[in-house]
Amino acid sequence: MIVASQGMAQSSAFGRRCARAFVSGFFVAVPVTVTVLDRLAYIARVEGASMQPSLNPEGQTTSDVVLLSRWSVRDYQVQRGDIVSLLSPKNPQQKIIKRVIGLEGDLVKTRGYKNRYVKVPDGHFWIEGDHHGHSLDSNSFGPVSLGLVHGRASHIIWPPHRWQRITPSIPGGCALLLHRDRLPPSDQDD
Amino acid sequence: MLRRAVGKSLAFAGFTIQYGCIAHCTLEYIGELVVCSGPSMEPTIINHDLVFSERLSRHFYTIKKGDIVIVKSPFDPRMNICKRVIGLEGDKVCTSSPSDTFKTHTYVPKGHVWLEGDNLRNSTDSRAYGPVPYALIRGRVCLKLWPPPSFGRLSKSPTGRIIPRD
Repeated sequence: MIVASQGMAQSSAFGRRCARAFVSGFFVAVPVTVTVLDRLAYIARVEGASMQPSLNPEGQTTSDVVLLSRWSVRDYQVQRGDIVSLLSPKNPQQKIIKRVIGLEGDLVKTRGYKNRYVKVPDGHFWIEGDHHGHSLDSNSFGPVSLGLVHGRASHIIWPPHRWQRITPSIPGGCALLLHRDRLPPSDQDD
Repeated sequence: MLRRAVGKSLAFAGFTIQYGCIAHCTLEYIGELVVCSGPSMEPTIINHDLVFSERLSRHFYTIKKGDIVIVKSPFDPRMNICKRVIGLEGDKVCTSSPSDTFKTHTYVPKGHVWLEGDNLRNSTDSRAYGPVPYALIRGRVCLKLWPPPSFGRLSKSPTGRIIPRD
């Protein structure tokens, strides 16, 4: 009888140690994982055809999975030609992935926007999907605030035959009409 | 000797990483302290007031009309602005000032909010730069912490610019 109760005391002490280890591990693992996903990088599946042929060229059969870097956009430094993920100005719960065409001060030529030419305001940028006509981008909702940028797509990691590093490139038939450095200085002072 | 020093520095690094991550999660998902500057929210929030801005409303999308919010500036994402939400998407907002004879209205587009400061005469807000995307909202100001005489919840909009939905 004494042996049985000793056995039970040992197993409950072991159980308590396990529970304590689990709880303390949980309080380390969860904040570290959340911080890594928020500050370093995360992975996302690309849906839709708006970035064909760069992303999802096979359409319905397989979706690309991309690695999005949060660290490289921590100071809102994006380059023309980057593929970025951003919070949609039309729906804050949705993230969209598009290419950066123009930065603040650039003059862009639009397709189907209310104005034919747009000078991108301060703190904004102009995005377009590579598949024109199948893309909800700045041609629908205008220049987008830099504060909405979420991450920069750095690599395609799935499917395996599409493993590659994504490099900034402006597609043909470019909408960037005039780089801000080539524009004459404006008359108004800041 | 060396092994003990390496062990201690590793333990210190692990400690810093763990508590740094906990701090990030608290500031990002629970709330943060904000020092407000500028006259645009007087008399509700005065220059140099310390307020607590909670992040849960932003993550659960429960910001309501009349809330005071901290928003990333649409023209400089590194700056934050503090204004009151006058209209959510689909709401009717008044774009003319109270002194105008003819009142003009507009509807807030999808995914955006209309922000105005409580000090209408000295505030650059949506009346100047238009509606702001909802996703730029950082948090909702729920409590004023400093100076001590004005500690507590913040009052409702004194300007009467919120048009109720019928």
